[in-house]
Amino acid sequence: MRVVVCTKETPDTAARVEVKDNVVSWGDSPLVINPWDEYSVEEGLLLKEKHGATACTVIGMGSESTKEALKHAIAMGCDDAYLISDSALAGADTGLTSHALAKALGKLDDVGLAIFGKQAIDGDTGQTAAMVGRRLGWSTLTYVSKVLEIDFSAKTIKVARLLEQGQQICSAPLPAVISVVKDINEPRYPSFMGIRKAGKAEIPTWSGADIGLDAGVTSKVTWPSITPPPTKAGAVEMIDGANADEKAAKLVDKLIAEKVI
Amino acid sequence: MSGVWVFVEQVEGKAANVSWEAIGLGRKLGESLKQPVTAVVFGTNAAALGNEAIQFGADNALACDDATLADFRFEPYANLMTKLAKERQPDVILAGATTRGRDLLGAVAVDLDTGLIADAIGAELADGRIHAMRPVYAGKLLSTVTSAGNPQMLTIRSRAFPAPVAEASRSGNVETVGAALGENDIKVKVTGFEAAQGTVSLSDAAIIVSGGRGVGGPEGFTPLRELAGSVGGALGASRAAVDAGWIPYDHQVGQTGKTVSPDLYIACGISGAIQHQAGMRTSKVIVAINKDAEAPIMKLARFAIIGDLFEIVPALTAAFKKKLG
Repeated sequence: MRVVVCTKETPDTAARVEVKDNVVSWGDSPLVINPWDEYSVEEGLLLKEKHGATACTVIGMGSESTKEALKHAIAMGCDDAYLISDSALAGADTGLTSHALAKALGKLDDVGLAIFGKQAIDGDTGQTAAMVGRRLGWSTLTYVSKVLEIDFSAKTIKVARLLEQGQQICSAPLPAVISVVKDINEPRYPSFMGIRKAGKAEIPTWSGADIGLDAGVTSKVTWPSITPPPTKAGAVEMIDGANADEKAAKLVDKLIAEKVI
Repeated sequence: MSGVWVFVEQVEGKAANVSWEAIGLGRKLGESLKQPVTAVVFGTNAAALGNEAIQFGADNALACDDATLADFRFEPYANLMTKLAKERQPDVILAGATTRGRDLLGAVAVDLDTGLIADAIGAELADGRIHAMRPVYAGKLLSTVTSAGNPQMLTIRSRAFPAPVAEASRSGNVETVGAALGENDIKVKVTGFEAAQGTVSLSDAAIIVSGGRGVGGPEGFTPLRELAGSVGGALGASRAAVDAGWIPYDHQVGQTGKTVSPDLYIACGISGAIQHQAGMRTSKVIVAINKDAEAPIMKLARFAIIGDLFEIVPALTAAFKKKLG
């Protein structure tokens, strides 16, 4: 069975993101593969190398530039990539995005596992994987910190999930949708050969019609205004004193006055 | 369409704190919309938690205490919530933006073909529709968000909305309902659980003591752990400290770790890279303890002590113990 990594492009984490007239920009910073998705790509590659997945495919939704994120995944070792791009998907919310991704996953044959990063670092909703799992009716396991067992012929998976209170151990049948957290692995760097392969890769583009997008599914969520966060009032107050004990005592008094202790 | 529903998240028979904060928001929305607030509780101790939710401000509760719902699982929780919502047509459904809340409301939004707003830190009503405020690009920007479709669905960030005070005198009806799925219909089986180390979860913590590169090594976290212990706080870390292997990943605060908003965040030896700021900039008061007075963290900090954290942190622990007894 095949593993499919679902990704998107985002500004780099170091980008200085700015907004003007409701349009978000990030200066000279490059668009990159969503950083959380490097862990899903790595996990997909490990499942192919060590657990008998037949292929590791990567798909992404967005404009033509998303191909760069897909090429990064190929350079890391993915076998093939597909771009989902359609003007009907511009500004899609997680509901419509999950519909498109579910349709694209349905178009690929013999999918055993779809892997998502925990969230994308632009919208930060962290709900797309669960929505895709729901649409497909597949086993849905989010926040996976370790794939403990996976058997593509018996079609079973056992994972540890990182919840607020600790690790939950779950087993489920395949096919499954999982999202993974940073703890799960250490993503590899693209290899020289991989970069060459990515440079030559042909990435097919699937339109809404190609994947069978249902015009009845529409974006429900809109963001009418985007602004910079409120700036902090006043400069930092330096706490001075003759020695550490005096500084510490002064700080404690200030914190008590601020009513945060 | 009527009613504001709040999903009360149950873990081992106890409610998550953010669920009470959601009840508080539900109360505010319910009063404006002139609609009752219903707590929806599944699993162990559900009826008792329904009563507790009423004390926190719900008017009534729907409870299902079934063995299949003891642990949160995607399918049985979503199927039941969807079934109840289709039968009773609430106008609003709220939950905490936790691992469970995001999964559950995501699935139910798909089932009901409605919008879902994630991780709100503010919410107002205009013409009966919710206008939420939420951080995007890891808190580098703020966005107002609205959704079409009914019910209106929203997850809220921990500690972003005030928790109401429970009133023992409040009472209301707790209606018991049956599960939507039997065990044989549920694909995912939970076979074990390992509790996290540390007593206070970062997302619930009112005080966080966090260490970065300046801590120097795994043993460098010992004085920070003592300081956190002296004030009942949780221990956080920057990515640099986690990547160096000094402390496990579940302590990481920042863009690829946890997002926190405590009352007090004490950053020790953390320069304050933009990725770290993304995870903690909504803290009420930030204290920086750092050798470098020019570090970027100073732009966010309310107070700073310039110096050696290995002298200052133990002195702070002693000073807190002296003041707080």
